[in-house]
Amino acid sequence: MATRPKPKLAVWKFASCDGCQLSLLDCEDELLVVTDQVEIANFAEASRAVVKGPYDLSLVEGSITTPHDAERIHQVRRASKFLITIGACATAGGIQALRNFKDVRDFTSLVYATPQYIQTLDKSTPIADHVRVDFELRGCPINKHQLVDVLSAFLNGRKPNTSPHSVCVECKRRGTVCVMGGTRHALSGTRDPRRLWRYLPLLQPGLLRLLRTHGDTEHGVSRCRFCSPWGERSGPGSRLPRF
Amino acid sequence: MPTLKHFGGRVKLMKTKTLKVDYLARVEGEGGLYVKMKDGVVVDVKLKIFEPPRFFEAFLRGRNFGEAPDITARICGICPVAYQMSAVHAMENAVGAKVDGPLRALRRLLYCGEWIESHTLHVYLLHAPDFLGYPDAIQMAKDYPDVVQRGLRLKKTGNEIVTLIGGREIHPVNVRVGGFYKAPSKRDLEPLAEKLKWARDAALETVRWVGRLPFPEFEQDYLFVALRHPEEYPFNEGRLVSSRGLDISVDHYEENFVEEQVQYSNALHSTLKKHGAYFVGPLARYNLNFDRLSPLAQEAAREAELGPACRNPFQSIIVRSVEILYACDEALRIIDHYEAQDTPAVNIKPRSGIGCGCTEAPRGILYHRYRISDQGVILDAKIVPPTSQNQKTIEQDLWNFIPRCLDLPHEKLVWQCEQAIRNYDPCISCATHFLRVVIDRE
Repeated sequence: MATRPKPKLAVWKFASCDGCQLSLLDCEDELLVVTDQVEIANFAEASRAVVKGPYDLSLVEGSITTPHDAERIHQVRRASKFLITIGACATAGGIQALRNFKDVRDFTSLVYATPQYIQTLDKSTPIADHVRVDFELRGCPINKHQLVDVLSAFLNGRKPNTSPHSVCVECKRRGTVCVMGGTRHALSGTRDPRRLWRYLPLLQPGLLRLLRTHGDTEHGVSRCRFCSPWGERSGPGSRLPRF
Repeated sequence: MPTLKHFGGRVKLMKTKTLKVDYLARVEGEGGLYVKMKDGVVVDVKLKIFEPPRFFEAFLRGRNFGEAPDITARICGICPVAYQMSAVHAMENAVGAKVDGPLRALRRLLYCGEWIESHTLHVYLLHAPDFLGYPDAIQMAKDYPDVVQRGLRLKKTGNEIVTLIGGREIHPVNVRVGGFYKAPSKRDLEPLAEKLKWARDAALETVRWVGRLPFPEFEQDYLFVALRHPEEYPFNEGRLVSSRGLDISVDHYEENFVEEQVQYSNALHSTLKKHGAYFVGPLARYNLNFDRLSPLAQEAAREAELGPACRNPFQSIIVRSVEILYACDEALRIIDHYEAQDTPAVNIKPRSGIGCGCTEAPRGILYHRYRISDQGVILDAKIVPPTSQNQKTIEQDLWNFIPRCLDLPHEKLVWQCEQAIRNYDPCISCATHFLRVVIDRE
């Protein structure tokens, strides 16, 4: 019987910290299983081997901040059957979007002695502002188990199990007063709210300051973030994917 | 044997004898290399970094001093702990606070986790495939399944330390100026000890394994710069020392080191005044602090035929493995001596001032300097990551290394250049806060 060719997976990087694509390499238990099921066709952080497109699935990390990248994302889209954006940079512009509220020329001259050598756009924008995106996986960084689930879902033509709402909703359901701006997807089947601290994203910039303004400081944050770091059991999704 | 297909669309032979590799793979971030040769002589080497600039130093201005560790961690997903540690130490320096005792030990333990995780990633997944002729560790796993499995499990142990103390492996959430949001009890740390005992044996195996890899003869007279602590192998504290007599406190960093912008790179080049290029990272730490390694790590190094001095950058893979072994050993020692205290952090009150912090990230010294107001607002920030400090040394290595391999076939030469760059485990996301190789032969 002829074997079906493996689906081709590509990973692309734009302005980012590499943390979300590292999540894939951080799947120590699942990595070799995943790579057994898909062909890693383009993943510069992990391999110097490159297979030509088109690709069945592209994971895109990072935001668009340079004229060159604004072109490149269209090439990536054209070469990809499915395009999934991973992480806060790709889905929301990321921390570098703090420039959007200021004049980027001031920023360039603060950091670089000769700003004219630097090519950059005024705004840091999410991928969906430039091309059609098939699915967004949020978080800073993303949760690796959710990533494995999303990979499995797209390769099998099913819907990902990530819930449509952010992790905060489950916290509110428990009646916990919100002190954070959470943006990660809630994990389906998360019954123990003490686990939630783990899935909270980066403090939204300025949030701590906001908390201080409202008089609820570290107490609130530690309640929300650290209910039970040390009662942690293996998280949901720590099962192997079925491809 | 690698064939041309391994280079995919990345190598193009130009008419003017230009060798072009669009991206350097297996490094963190985006960069390229341009090499020009005339009649077989290297006439120009440029390490180009085109990772988009992200302006962290600019948008830190006006933010609260307590946000610095969480914001700067986002510079790099591979070494977030390093950014958090340099940031908290700089802030504590600015407000005149001192974190000691179990909290200091806990920070060291967290750093051990990051070293294990980051070094193992580089040794097994990024660097070893070069020595054995594979494009990546996944291909390597087909022939060396046990080795790659060992590497993944070892990496996982490092991540487990970071997860336990920091909350999660990438961008941990538990670090703050003054200590932690919550500190573990001694019992919480116990399960780690069992895993670390396995990891220590695996690290020892790693040193033995990498010690047998084939290394090119390539010794250089480097100017090493690293931290040095009176008793410990350096993580968070120490004086800045060099192999040519520099010995300063971290506060005097900017009087001795300068950053320059070059037209072809988005990362600033850093040099030591009056000396020029210098070398930071595992090899520098090892050469300047061999006597501070644990006896087990020293013995393993000797067994791998590595003396107290090592000047071959290709052997940095052994040095990294020795550091993994040291980090496992040190983590076990810390867990053994750990006694939890009542409060997870010391009280920090902002006051106006300037503070510097320098810690040993897996890739070398990471310097932060902040000026804050009495309200705790950041007025000014400066961050010097390790890779921007190594850029010039990487270029120099290529100047000296390429003439030795001119007889190699074209594609093999490109691979060797890439490997010479990967010796430094360059983190280009850090340096600008991928790599393209161009060899131009006339």
